[in-house]
Amino acid sequence: MDIYAENILDHFRHPRHFAPLLHSSMNHEEWNHACGDSLHLWLLLKDGKIAEVGWTGTGCAISQASMSILSEEMPGMSEEKILSLTKEDIYTMLGVPIGPRRFKCALMSLHTVKNAILKVQGKPVQGWVETVGLEKN
Amino acid sequence: MMKPSLPSLRAEFPIFTQTIEGHPLVYLDTAATSQKPRVVLSAMQTFYEEDNANVKRGMHALAERATEVYEAARSRVRHFLQAQCPHEIIFTRNATEGINLVARSYGETFLKKGDVVLVSLLEHHSNIVPWLQLKEKIGIEIDWISIDPDGTLNMDDMNEKLKTRNVRLVALTCVSNVLGVITPYKEAVNLAHKHGAVCLLDAAQLAPHSPINVIEMDCDFLVFSGHKVYGTTGIGVLYGKEEHLRRMPPFLGGGTMIQEVHRTMFTPADLPEKFEAGTPPIAEARGLHAALDFIEGIGWEAIHVHERTLLTLALEKLIALPFIEVFGPRDPQKIAGCVSYVCSGVHPHDLTEYMGRKGVCLRAGHHCTQPLHRFLKAPATSRLSIGIYNTEEDLTRMVEVLEEGYHFFTGK
Repeated sequence: MDIYAENILDHFRHPRHFAPLLHSSMNHEEWNHACGDSLHLWLLLKDGKIAEVGWTGTGCAISQASMSILSEEMPGMSEEKILSLTKEDIYTMLGVPIGPRRFKCALMSLHTVKNAILKVQGKPVQGWVETVGLEKN
Repeated sequence: MMKPSLPSLRAEFPIFTQTIEGHPLVYLDTAATSQKPRVVLSAMQTFYEEDNANVKRGMHALAERATEVYEAARSRVRHFLQAQCPHEIIFTRNATEGINLVARSYGETFLKKGDVVLVSLLEHHSNIVPWLQLKEKIGIEIDWISIDPDGTLNMDDMNEKLKTRNVRLVALTCVSNVLGVITPYKEAVNLAHKHGAVCLLDAAQLAPHSPINVIEMDCDFLVFSGHKVYGTTGIGVLYGKEEHLRRMPPFLGGGTMIQEVHRTMFTPADLPEKFEAGTPPIAEARGLHAALDFIEGIGWEAIHVHERTLLTLALEKLIALPFIEVFGPRDPQKIAGCVSYVCSGVHPHDLTEYMGRKGVCLRAGHHCTQPLHRFLKAPATSRLSIGIYNTEEDLTRMVEVLEEGYHFFTGK
């Protein structure tokens, strides 16, 4: 029921993979200026798949827990798999109801990892409209 | 003088009869918008039930009454600001629209490329962006009056910039909507005038807490919003000195603001209609009238004593918490209306959301002051802001829930 469920608080207090990756293939940073949240992501890619993930960031419990939870799911995913992730996938991983005031917090992780992969592929990064989908804000 | 007993005023505000998920409603977000007393709501309802019509040209009894209601509100505002004449009072949608009116009408006409508009780091985006738009449009420059670490306006810096730069207009807030810090606005107006610049004061956060006398302040323009002074949304006020308003071209075009319209040209109406295109907020003007009667009926001295007591208590309680950092002056004499803070290890959005669920309503974010938050090196803060209906119990409850929230998020 509550967005501040025990798993969210646990990831917020003890974020997983929370460190820069010294031997990364690439890194990418995103900000949400409205909230002052930021995520910095490092990836090690091998054969088109995520081998290792590291990240740092500041922000609200939802944005940080979301990145932490996603970082646990990412190793082994292909670039195409990452690009095909939807906001519903993230909401399912979080397992808490995300309302209209907090969806950007929840989806900042998705926005960051998708743009990281686009950058790796030499494609232009996408805006929030593409990450969030057209039907919602 | 009788000791004011403002807590009893709470009963005048219908919204406080509710609870939020079983918790009492503690409203500490008055700087965003105030709650509305019953007299304001009933005055507006009476207007709609008994006198509703469009103003000015309707040739019937209702139109006459509606026009009287609207113009009586203008007179009421004139007395509230102690202005010379009613036509120096322009009704707008809000304070923001008033600043935009001045930037567009005065700015585009009397400022030119290279002229400097001086603003302070304390400004709300509403007193920054219209000037940035003017910069894009005609090439004016913008310079910033710096502030001390506690948010006090640096008058030496203001003086220096007036001396060394071609400052033609100073746009300054009277009270910061984040730090609550009261600027030396009278001194600033004098200083601006000494250097040949006009001065616009943003009184959105001053008007609910302090009497205003535009003649004594000698400001060229002043704006405030109705909904922050216990009136409703949809109405704001621009005061302008007649000498300026007369020379300025209309802002928006449409009905009411014209004398003659031909196929190729128009002539504008006289003041104040020149700046009030379209059907104005008539019922909202009636509400504002009732709100100003309500405030002055309580009396500024009583409001001042009550609010100062609350701010003193708020500062005391917050400073005592080791995990809280308070921004702005620690001296309650130097602030009005609000206090902002951050909580170690907890993002203001989380903390404020947690508090909101317990019925304690604050605001979190950058409060439309990104340049100020960059200066404070805090991307966001939590802000408590007070009104005449708040009590000491409200602040006790806020601190209680704040401590709970800190433990909830940090696990400490």
